[in-house]
Amino acid sequence: MTNQVLFAQLLYGGSGILLILLGLWSFLVHAPLLRKLIAINVMGAGVFHILVAIAYRGIETPPDPVPHALVLTGIVVAVSATALALAFGKRLDQDADPG
Amino acid sequence: MIRPVEHILIPLGLIAVGALLGWSFFLAVTGEAGERLAAVALAHVPDSGVSNPVTSVLLNFRAYDTLLELAVLLTALLGIWSLGSADAGFQPAASVLEGMVAGFVPLLILSAGYMLWVGAYAPGGAFQAGALLGAAGVMLALAGHPNAGLPSEGRLRLLVALGVFVFATTGLLLMVVGDGFLTYPAGLAKWLILMIETAATLAIGATLAAAYLGGIPAAHPKTGETA
Repeated sequence: MTNQVLFAQLLYGGSGILLILLGLWSFLVHAPLLRKLIAINVMGAGVFHILVAIAYRGIETPPDPVPHALVLTGIVVAVSATALALAFGKRLDQDADPG
Repeated sequence: MIRPVEHILIPLGLIAVGALLGWSFFLAVTGEAGERLAAVALAHVPDSGVSNPVTSVLLNFRAYDTLLELAVLLTALLGIWSLGSADAGFQPAASVLEGMVAGFVPLLILSAGYMLWVGAYAPGGAFQAGALLGAAGVMLALAGHPNAGLPSEGRLRLLVALGVFVFATTGLLLMVVGDGFLTYPAGLAKWLILMIETAATLAIGATLAAAYLGGIPAAHPKTGETA
């Protein structure tokens, strides 16, 4: 493995870890549901960064397809979970404040 | 004022988590790779019926995972529908937006078809194509089309369940003829994958657009048809 590939992996994976930490921090500190949801999505983006970084094998060699498949399905699950959470939040708001 | 938990404890904990994550990630990319799944997966791509490694992992080697993925989508939509009906929706769009949507939605549907087909040998596939269809639905909803262009509720129910249904039925039929659950016979694999992906694309697109509406679609204002 060349240094250039390693550098790209560390840069991309490092940003992923940074995103996870930022999301985790925001999730723990902020109370509103919407901010927590955005925080979870930022964390998810960080996880996808790390998976894509692990899959990277340089420009010439094809990337590891297993983490790529995980990311693809992960994105769809993240979207649907967010939609469900938003629907829950909307319903909670309606119940808290009738009319 | 400094709140000890929020300003000291959480940042310290996060720094510790970050150091641990960074260290394990560094070891993961620099250390001995050992026996990786990538080599096995890439070696078996020619047997999988498609030449795109990611599609062969998603629809063949780890087809179980993708089946459950579709079930997750369906479950999320059922959860959303159980919370009540959708909001009234947006105002009908002005002519510029309406014209743009009228141009873009067919293009999105066309690109979704291309994505679905190209997924066999290049980046693409059911999830990307479904996301494009979902985006077309969101665009229609934003432009004030009632129910994002989705069919009436009865047909919509069939549509969102289509992916799981075709996937699971294919798996069970393969079991009946003597192969394992979702173990595609050589030669047929390509067509089975294409069929499952087509059903999954329609289901994913419809599910995403329906999830965007945020509830059971209201009855159609003109026809009174529950849409």
